[in-house]
Amino acid sequence: MVLVYTSSPEGQLKKSAFEAVTFGHKTAQQLGTEVVALTIGNVNNAGVLGQYGAAKVLNVAGADSFDSGSHAAIIAQVANQIGANVVVMPDDSTGKSLLGRVAVRLDAGSVSSVKSVPDTGAGFVVQKNVFSGKAIAAYNISSDKKVLSIAGNTFPPEVVGADVAVEAASVDVPANRVRVKEVNTVKGTVPLPEAELVVSAGRGMKDPGNWGIIDELAEILGATTACSRPVADVGWRPHHEHVGQTGVAIRPNLYIAIGISGAIQHLAGVNQSKTIVVINKDPEAPFFKAADYGIVGDLFDVVPRLNEAIKKFKAAN
Amino acid sequence: MKLLVCVSKTPDTTTKISFTDNDTALNTQGVQYIMNPYDEWYALVRALELKEAAGGTVTIINVGPADNDTVIRKGLAIGADDAIRIDTAGGSAYFVARQIAEQAKVGAYDMVFFGKETIDYNGSQIGAMVAEMLEMPFISYATKMDMNGNTATIARDIEGGQEIVEVDTPFALSAAKGLAEQRIPNMRGIMMAKRKPLNVVAPIEVSDKVSVASYTLPPAKQDCRYIDAENMDELVNLLHSEAKVI
Repeated sequence: MVLVYTSSPEGQLKKSAFEAVTFGHKTAQQLGTEVVALTIGNVNNAGVLGQYGAAKVLNVAGADSFDSGSHAAIIAQVANQIGANVVVMPDDSTGKSLLGRVAVRLDAGSVSSVKSVPDTGAGFVVQKNVFSGKAIAAYNISSDKKVLSIAGNTFPPEVVGADVAVEAASVDVPANRVRVKEVNTVKGTVPLPEAELVVSAGRGMKDPGNWGIIDELAEILGATTACSRPVADVGWRPHHEHVGQTGVAIRPNLYIAIGISGAIQHLAGVNQSKTIVVINKDPEAPFFKAADYGIVGDLFDVVPRLNEAIKKFKAAN
Repeated sequence: MKLLVCVSKTPDTTTKISFTDNDTALNTQGVQYIMNPYDEWYALVRALELKEAAGGTVTIINVGPADNDTVIRKGLAIGADDAIRIDTAGGSAYFVARQIAEQAKVGAYDMVFFGKETIDYNGSQIGAMVAEMLEMPFISYATKMDMNGNTATIARDIEGGQEIVEVDTPFALSAAKGLAEQRIPNMRGIMMAKRKPLNVVAPIEVSDKVSVASYTLPPAKQDCRYIDAENMDELVNLLHSEAKVI
């Protein structure tokens, strides 16, 4: 059996949950078994996970706020109850604190941020980016039980079935030792790690008051805004927008970098983007080496022109 | 308070990566090694600040061979009191976590600090593993931490924002940008570091469950296609019909 833990911030399943179940379904098919999805706490519309291949959806009530200790205990108990050999979870803020704990509890081998469906031809091999995207490692897991977290925006959700009923799982729910006091998230936009389209700007913007053209571009594209480290450090943009090695690492379908030179530390956080567009007035900017499409020009001329072109395109399509 | 900071030695961020032994090992020829930045800049420095504010000791722990002593001495020069090195060539995340947990149990620390990930294997697993082995609460990607007696208030990064949590000692955390500011060791620190205790201990036996089968380099990037700054219609068309992203 394959068990998929789905995180559900504020009771809502996100794309990462559907990606994880899709990955679990593909893995289960290879192993000739089924996938069971697990939700913890009060979760809206969890039966929808059946559409992505979950044969069964289990819910554990009574652990609404996140504590990696109690959540890991719950996941391990459910894995043992259903006889799961593979446990899958998203590589998000919950997965990053859970993966190692669940692996220790189940005495399982674990790999984080997996980017390939397991190759079960000889052993159990999964791929993962290492050296900040500069190489790929193939890991073989030799233990009976395996625990994996999967990279975001890598396994597009696939609808393969219909909603299923949600069943209550009966486990001991340990008391939380981490007390969640506040959750402060931006409303109305897709969080950066989940965003498929990202518009990012840097020091070339010259002044925080100039961000109107960036916000406009993001709005007409339906993209999430990001920024480089220097502009987050000086407070022009909020800390949670900072992408790069020390900030958020992202892998969107489209990354538009505006007025960002492309230092190696910035590239480490964005080099997994599927398509990169760079707009910079300096033709020597290192970012052009990592770009798919480059525009050498003054961003204050280019971006408004791009905005008009996208509006025209959207109106025609 | 007794504070333990786990530090790793990693190739410098700008290292050109290649492999040897039939693509099963990193080619270490000419590689410059550093202390993993998240361990050094954020985890270690925040631990030192806590010690400076409320007293206590800061111990560095590292799992690796004698070559790692340079990185450990740097940590001592920045201000840690003493260090433990578990003398082994290393292994999987689980192997390393077991070695750390074994020593941490003996030391009975109030807090165990990790960087959010290492910049070589980007695993982000060891903190959670050690926390589980020590039965401690674990807070990942901490960006701010204030202590009040034995209770910490910690901000941690979550998708699209942050979460504020409270936790009592003992606990473990992984450190992200914001938790502290990098410190450069001064000459006095460097001199003192030479005399600080660095205890080398033997590893415990742990059988690995995960191993690297092979490494590959990502496919070479196609050359950038330049588009006339006057012609944004062309860019939009390419993003639609060629890249298929809009």
